[in-house]
Amino acid sequence: MNPYNYLYLAGILFTIGAIGVVVRRNAIVVFMCVELMLNAANLSFVTFSRINGTLDGQVTAFFTMVVAACEVVVGLAIIVAIYRSRRSASVDDASLLKR
Amino acid sequence: MIIQTPEAVMFWILAPLSVIAALGMLLVKKAVHSALLLAWVMITLAIFYIAQEALFLGIVQIVVYTGAVMMLFLFILMLVGVDASDSLKETIPGLRPIAITAAIGFGGLLTALIGRATLGRDAVGLADANAAGNVQGLAALLFSDYVWPFEVISALLITAAMGAMVLAHHQRTVARPSQRQSSIARFRSGSLSTAAGLPGPGVFARHNAVDVPALLPDGTPAPTSISATLKARGDMLESGQFQLDVVDTTVAEEK
Repeated sequence: MNPYNYLYLAGILFTIGAIGVVVRRNAIVVFMCVELMLNAANLSFVTFSRINGTLDGQVTAFFTMVVAACEVVVGLAIIVAIYRSRRSASVDDASLLKR
Repeated sequence: MIIQTPEAVMFWILAPLSVIAALGMLLVKKAVHSALLLAWVMITLAIFYIAQEALFLGIVQIVVYTGAVMMLFLFILMLVGVDASDSLKETIPGLRPIAITAAIGFGGLLTALIGRATLGRDAVGLADANAAGNVQGLAALLFSDYVWPFEVISALLITAAMGAMVLAHHQRTVARPSQRQSSIARFRSGSLSTAAGLPGPGVFARHNAVDVPALLPDGTPAPTSISATLKARGDMLESGQFQLDVVDTTVAEEK
């Protein structure tokens, strides 16, 4: 086995996350799928760091984690704000601009 | 660089498990189960990081993701509760086949790309970079080459914290009614049945759990004695089974 297998795994996890973002309706589950995609990208960063023999990939993955944490905090605050005004966490219900 | 057998065994056991858990995340109905499966995927990723000589990131993954982020997700799930958006019914007709076809195409493209782009290239490994220790190596990079991104990201964190506070802050548009005002409003609401407050749940002396509706004098269950959340979830018990005409006398016979 060589380390490139980790890259294939990261690709598969990223794809699964992308399906989840499109298919699921609960905003919180959509958010979790975004987290899965970010984690898959992190795995490929760590693997590239090992393949290239430098630690720059790990530093980038570390920054990605911070950005993901910020995104979760703001995103969940938005979900709570929407839930408070509309009593629903479904991404299909917040379509007021369409009508 | 060929990976030694123990890591290969670990990879071939944990990688399918993480893919199954990720697929399960899409297929399970309840958001809480999705969160638990995502936590499992994150733990396997932490193990992969540690196996790939990224000890610091592996620990951070467990502390930040499975610790803080998943806890935040579960916290929001409990706050928002369960509603109809948990259902797996597709609202846009034909969306699911299109999404799955596009995803398979995308995944195939990604895999083929990795396969072609990495052919003939040998991995170096981190033995040299980690010679002084993984944390020390990361710190040396972070506070020399990456010190400016590090400062920017701290500004981002503070902005996100402020943004969350602004978004979650709830300003009252009308004053909160005082106890006296709400009491007057109860008496003026027309019916006097709720003037003294809603009835408590439970059938006296038989079963006083919160999921059993109280019985009215005519023997019918009182729906207002049960929390609306329990009713919506379908966790309400029949109070008829606790009525007095089915008294169990076995205790008396044992005496």
